[in-house]
Amino acid sequence: MIKIENLHKKYGKNKILTGVDLEIPEKGIFAILGPNGSGKTTMIKSILGMVVPEKGKIFIDGKATHPNGLYRKDLDYLPQIANFPGNLGVKELIKMIKDLRGTKANEEELIQLFGLTPYLDKKLSNLSGGTKQKVNLVLAFMFDSPIIILDEPTSGLDPVAMLNLKRLIAKEKAKGKTILVTSHIMSFVEEISDEIVFLLEGKIYFKGTIQELREKTGEVDLEHAIANILTENNA
Amino acid sequence: MTKAALFRFLFIVFISFSFSNGFAQIEVCKTCPIKTIKEGIKQAKPHQKIIVKEGVYKEYMLIIDKPLTLITKEKATIDGENKGDIIQIFADSVTIDGFHIIHVGSSHTTDYSAIRVDRSSHFLIQNLELRKIFFGIMLAKSKYGTIRNIKVFGDAVQQHNSGNAIHLWHSNHVLIDNNTLIKSRDGIYLEFSDDCVISNNISRENIRYGLHFMFSNRDEYRNNTFENNGAGVAVMFSKKIKMIDNHFQYNWGSASYGLLLKEINDAEIIGNTFEQNTIGINVEGTNRINYKNNTFKRNGWAIKVNGACYENVFTHNNFLYNSFDVSYNSRINNNTFNENFWSGYTGYDLDKNGFGDIPYRPVKLFSYVVNRTPNTIILMRSLFVDIIDFSESVSPAFTPDNLMDERPLMKQVK
Amino acid sequence: MLKILKYSFYDLIRSRWSYVYLAFYLLLGFVLLFLNNDLSKAVITLMNVIIILVPLIGTIFGVMYYYNSKEFTELLLAQPIKRSSIFIGQYLGVALSLVMSLVLGLGIPFVLYGLFESSAIWDFSLLLVTGAMLTLIFTALAFNIALYNENKIKGFSYAILLWLFLAVIYDGLFLLSLIIFETYPLDKFTLIATVFNPIDLSRILILLKLDISALLGYTGAIFNQFFGTSLGLMSALGMLTLWVILPVWNIKRKAQKKDF
Repeated sequence: MIKIENLHKKYGKNKILTGVDLEIPEKGIFAILGPNGSGKTTMIKSILGMVVPEKGKIFIDGKATHPNGLYRKDLDYLPQIANFPGNLGVKELIKMIKDLRGTKANEEELIQLFGLTPYLDKKLSNLSGGTKQKVNLVLAFMFDSPIIILDEPTSGLDPVAMLNLKRLIAKEKAKGKTILVTSHIMSFVEEISDEIVFLLEGKIYFKGTIQELREKTGEVDLEHAIANILTENNA
Repeated sequence: MTKAALFRFLFIVFISFSFSNGFAQIEVCKTCPIKTIKEGIKQAKPHQKIIVKEGVYKEYMLIIDKPLTLITKEKATIDGENKGDIIQIFADSVTIDGFHIIHVGSSHTTDYSAIRVDRSSHFLIQNLELRKIFFGIMLAKSKYGTIRNIKVFGDAVQQHNSGNAIHLWHSNHVLIDNNTLIKSRDGIYLEFSDDCVISNNISRENIRYGLHFMFSNRDEYRNNTFENNGAGVAVMFSKKIKMIDNHFQYNWGSASYGLLLKEINDAEIIGNTFEQNTIGINVEGTNRINYKNNTFKRNGWAIKVNGACYENVFTHNNFLYNSFDVSYNSRINNNTFNENFWSGYTGYDLDKNGFGDIPYRPVKLFSYVVNRTPNTIILMRSLFVDIIDFSESVSPAFTPDNLMDERPLMKQVK
Repeated sequence: MLKILKYSFYDLIRSRWSYVYLAFYLLLGFVLLFLNNDLSKAVITLMNVIIILVPLIGTIFGVMYYYNSKEFTELLLAQPIKRSSIFIGQYLGVALSLVMSLVLGLGIPFVLYGLFESSAIWDFSLLLVTGAMLTLIFTALAFNIALYNENKIKGFSYAILLWLFLAVIYDGLFLLSLIIFETYPLDKFTLIATVFNPIDLSRILILLKLDISALLGYTGAIFNQFFGTSLGLMSALGMLTLWVILPVWNIKRKAQKKDF
């Protein structure tokens, strides 16, 4: 589905990605992990075309991505920070995004799921962080695209919403979609992901199942396994 | 004016008297016994009337040396075929009426003209149409005459080979009324000519001046329109000229002005309108002139003062949207500006007496800058220029500090 | 692009600032007309105001909108929409809403005071065209500044500096250099220096209307050819259009390369 070849990116002198090669051929849920500043978001944004890499190619469904960004119709994206134009209402925002994409969407179901009905006419600037994140989730999941990219989907969610989110992800996976997730909450990663991609110093350090990671590091717990990688590298 | 009116009255009486005398008229036409105007003049007795029928008369040097009336009611044309003066008048009480006169012909040595009046008085020249002329009507040492309802369509291109439509030299007490003078060198030119009245004329597209005074005194011009001339009116080396209710407009160009005053004393400039001239009035060396009830509207410079001018008084004038209201080239001011209306005035009238409570300074620093470096005009109305003008108005350093209107009017003078 | 334009435009015309801007112009129009009741004079005063104020407002609004709509932009960037459409759409949204405020804000009072029966209608139209051009130019310049500067404070400072430079400092330097080099032939320099500042260009357009009598007093042949014929009006308008096109083109170029 997604293939990345020799991806390089730096901001000024600060090299973020130094030759990322990654192939995600299968369906399923892939967690992208790595320490702060390891380039997770940069990589995701490169896939989305929001960041322009110095070098490297990205293929979606076998086709190289085009700068005009029209390939994004096959991608759903949940940004890390739920920022929206403040003076729009929730309903208007959803309507606008639908209009801009020009495709069908099942927002009703998701609004019900996250209990957003009472907020539909409120302005986005007046919503709490958690509620904004719920709106963010609705926007990311309402289109039926084959690839979903979630950047920190759990931030600010209450336990009920968290459960709903997990259920939702599972449901989408069942439809046979490819889902990329970044998260700092290891329990969440452990619970949902099929495979892990570990980014370190601008490269893919590890790609495989959680089981493989455990074996490689000799740690039972995912959190410890990761800590192990980091300390080993620093040592 | 009164002199002129009296003179006109006497003239009419005189004319009617000569008609009632019942002289036989002489008729000139292609089929008459008398076929040329020259022959008619020759045969006419003093005070006889020559009536010219329609047709084109190819004649020049028609010398009139006795009192006569030469008239056509059918717009007969006299074609001089570019050979020189067409009509010369050397007698008093001559009337020329109704002709089209064409093809005077130019010369570098002689001022050929359609009609020359020499040392004569009580002439009446009216209802003529002159085309392809060099000089139009030339008066020399003549007096007490009237020129009216003349239309002159010149084709002047350069000053040195063109003449004036109406030219007065040493001629006094002449009335020039209701003429239309287009495209000559000067529309009307007066040299050493006193006590003349010039009224209701339209003078336009003349390449030098619409009206030009040299060494002429006590003349009056009123209610004329000067439009789109090289410069509207030039008054030079003359005294006691009255300039009343005239319109000076669209006189555009680098040396162009509505009115040029040079070495003028004791004049009255009242009720005139200066609209969209590059310079409304260009003043050089004038003393004791009263400017009253004039309107200066959208000129480049309403009044540009060069050189020494003393005791001129500007009062009850309207200065409306001129690029520059008043420009001086020195810091000395001996002239008075009082109770004028200035559209640029931004003060207030708290005591409601009709006069602004703070004085208005019509001379801007920027006008001084433009005088010095003309290119800077491109920066007119820029914020930077407004700022320097403002600081100059707070503490004058380059412009005359006593030049201000202490009582600027809050409402336009009607 | 039209969709983005539509949303930016709706977004803006519902924002408080657009109303403030509109209200400001309404007030300005009515106050000017109330104070002197003379359309021509009000038009002249307005010209002075517009030349300075419109660029300032265009710059500030442009920068402000860009920074404030960052979220919206990021949302859009993840959608299957071309980048150039997003930025040009937003730019046009801001610029056109500002133009609309200007036209309505000044148009309503003047129409109510009988603009259509007045001879000032051409001057007024020129005023609006100039105002619209300046809005387009300075909003585009503001977008450029914002695109190059992630830091809001920096962006705002540069925007204000740009305005201050073009509105005041440029003319000051211009005037000084004319006076210092007054002994040289400066016609060409003068015209060229004017072209490099859109505020000066608009001022020239207005001078051509209001002060043609004074401009023709200058003896330079190039000047006279420029101001005396329709060449001046045409080339000033042409240069202004170029001033719109170039920054907009650069918005497009920069937007293609920028990371979000």
